[in-house]
Amino acid sequence: MIRKLTLTAVTAMSLALGAGAAQAAGGGEGGYGHIEDVAFSFEGPFGKYDQMQLQRGLKVYTEVCAACHGLRYVPLRTLADPGGPGYTEDEVRAYAAEHFYVYDEELEDDREALPSDHFPAVSGDGMGPDLSLMAKARAGFHGPYGTGINQLLRGIGGAEYIANFLLGFTGEEDEVAGQYLYENMAFSTGWVQMAPQLEDDLIEYDDGTPATAEQMAHDVAAFLMWTAEPKMMARKQAGILGVSLLLLLTVLLYLTNKKLWYPIKHGGKQANL
Amino acid sequence: MSGIPHDHYEPKSRFETWLHERLPVVALAYDTLMIPTPKNLNWWWIWGIVLAFTLVLQIVTGIILVMHYTPHVDLAFASIEHIMRDVNGGHMLRYMHANGASLFFIAVYIHIFRGLYYGSYKSPREVTWIIGMLIYLVMMATGFLGYVLPWGQMSFWGATVITGLFGAIPFIGPDIQTWLLGGPAVDNAALNRFFSLHYLLPFVLVGLVAVHIWAFHSTGNNNPTGVEVRRGSKDEAKKDTLPFWPYFVIKDLFALAIVLMVFFAVVGFMPNYLGHPDNYIEANPLATPAHIVPEWYYLPFYAILRAFTADVWAVQLVSFITGGIVDAKFFGVLAMFGAIFVIVLAPWLDTSKTRSGAYRPMFKFWFWLLGIDFMVLMWVGAQSTEFPYDWISLIAATYWFAYFLLILPILGWTEKAKQPPATIEDDFNHHYPEASGSAAE
Repeated sequence: MIRKLTLTAVTAMSLALGAGAAQAAGGGEGGYGHIEDVAFSFEGPFGKYDQMQLQRGLKVYTEVCAACHGLRYVPLRTLADPGGPGYTEDEVRAYAAEHFYVYDEELEDDREALPSDHFPAVSGDGMGPDLSLMAKARAGFHGPYGTGINQLLRGIGGAEYIANFLLGFTGEEDEVAGQYLYENMAFSTGWVQMAPQLEDDLIEYDDGTPATAEQMAHDVAAFLMWTAEPKMMARKQAGILGVSLLLLLTVLLYLTNKKLWYPIKHGGKQANL
Repeated sequence: MSGIPHDHYEPKSRFETWLHERLPVVALAYDTLMIPTPKNLNWWWIWGIVLAFTLVLQIVTGIILVMHYTPHVDLAFASIEHIMRDVNGGHMLRYMHANGASLFFIAVYIHIFRGLYYGSYKSPREVTWIIGMLIYLVMMATGFLGYVLPWGQMSFWGATVITGLFGAIPFIGPDIQTWLLGGPAVDNAALNRFFSLHYLLPFVLVGLVAVHIWAFHSTGNNNPTGVEVRRGSKDEAKKDTLPFWPYFVIKDLFALAIVLMVFFAVVGFMPNYLGHPDNYIEANPLATPAHIVPEWYYLPFYAILRAFTADVWAVQLVSFITGGIVDAKFFGVLAMFGAIFVIVLAPWLDTSKTRSGAYRPMFKFWFWLLGIDFMVLMWVGAQSTEFPYDWISLIAATYWFAYFLLILPILGWTEKAKQPPATIEDDFNHHYPEASGSAAE
């Protein structure tokens, strides 16, 4: 009950703080590390992944990101799982074979990837970090003053971070010890090793959506949220079911408790329920 | 078993008599469940059930998680992802287990503060109190060990920082740290023993909880007035109490259902809110995270640990007296464990004759200040150590000790307490004027 009260109090407080809280969120040096909110379809208790957006995001990942970033924890077969991009098993088989080669220890040779394989891990000089869990390994919002209220209202914000990061390049470059660095407003220290990647019409979407840089950033961020949390739909359904059943149980126990205690509190009289 | 007179189990059928003569297990269950309980218990008394339920929840989900987890530095992180992606219902199991730890600590903190307010620690319940604090310490250890198992960045660096505390002990510290870790640094040996102990300690908790319940079943529950149940006769006791079953079982289950509703909402809709994003990055001994932050439930004591830096005069004084043996780091460790130890000592530090804080006007103020102090420590424990956070944590940590070591003893002498009701029955009838109806007729 106290938890509930606290949550209510915190929510009320943060509503009151409102705009101020949102501005205090981005706390990096010189305006770096600032993350703007993005309205994703999967937010909130009833939010769902947009299946078409996940498919577009997969295309952005495959054609742009996959050159330097792996998805080592994600089995290819899960592309056909419910609550995901929703491909058929045949489509997944074709996609795996077309895009990825894996080393087969029995064949002692490379072969085309199967749905039972994972997305390849990518490592080596100049390659980027694995993206399987990136949307859960970054936070979009904190504060104000480290209280975590923004995250309570707007989520942890990992997908927002990814979208902001991809769009956050200023075009400024710097060379430090033979290493090129690129200025990025979303990054906490402001300078990153990754060069800007997205520009308008870099790829062509199958569903005819105009491939603006912003569209691609949002789509791939949504896709990476799915790779990090593939069971989100099932989890929210379980949450709704669990809360509903417990609500029912609460009502029943409330009435039982009231009837049980009524004679004790009213000198032996029975409750009229 | 209980000091309060009440009806005991009488075997009825021939089989019951047969069993009772050989093993009085039904009698044990009956007497435990039917224990006379003060009928004026308020809603702050529901957290014991929540804690018992959470312990079972953690053990059940934990045992299933172990079936799919691999305690090896190269495989642990991937095995967690295996649970999240491939195991049927694995993502729910893991999120329930991770958030179950938070539920456990929310419940235990409210439970402890309830005891502090209503004087539940005072004679004759000191042993219940000490066992309770032991339970809390074992919970802290279990939670810490469990947080290391996913082998993320915070797992690794948290383990490094916390075992480093033992390294601060003068002379033998580094050896103890090596012994605890099974090597010079957090590595596979540490992960394996942490896994083993994380499996063991919950069962130690079960044993301690049994003793905790045994202890307060021997003394009887405290209650909001702090007035003892009358024990002159069975009839007298019945005026002050009701049997635990069904009255308090149903009441507690009602409260538990509400608590679990909030819990399920967190698990279903925001399971990572109380976690740290860095723990979704696999442990990397070569890359230190920008901020190493413990789980929220350790933050108050982590803040006390960090509060006493080398420029605090008390630290300098102690360092001077001990010839430098107690440095700032070791002082901080002593302060952190001391902050818990003073809670254990509360029964002897509180000199007031009045048990319940409800009748102590001065005490109330200092108690609620302690509650705020606890929240401030929790918040500042997650901040940097720069100004003004260093001052805030120092003031808050000082108040924590002042409350137990100065305010509690002094209040007992200076404060003029109000008169509690003569009996629990009076208190109950005061809240429910109709309750005495049948007695009057």
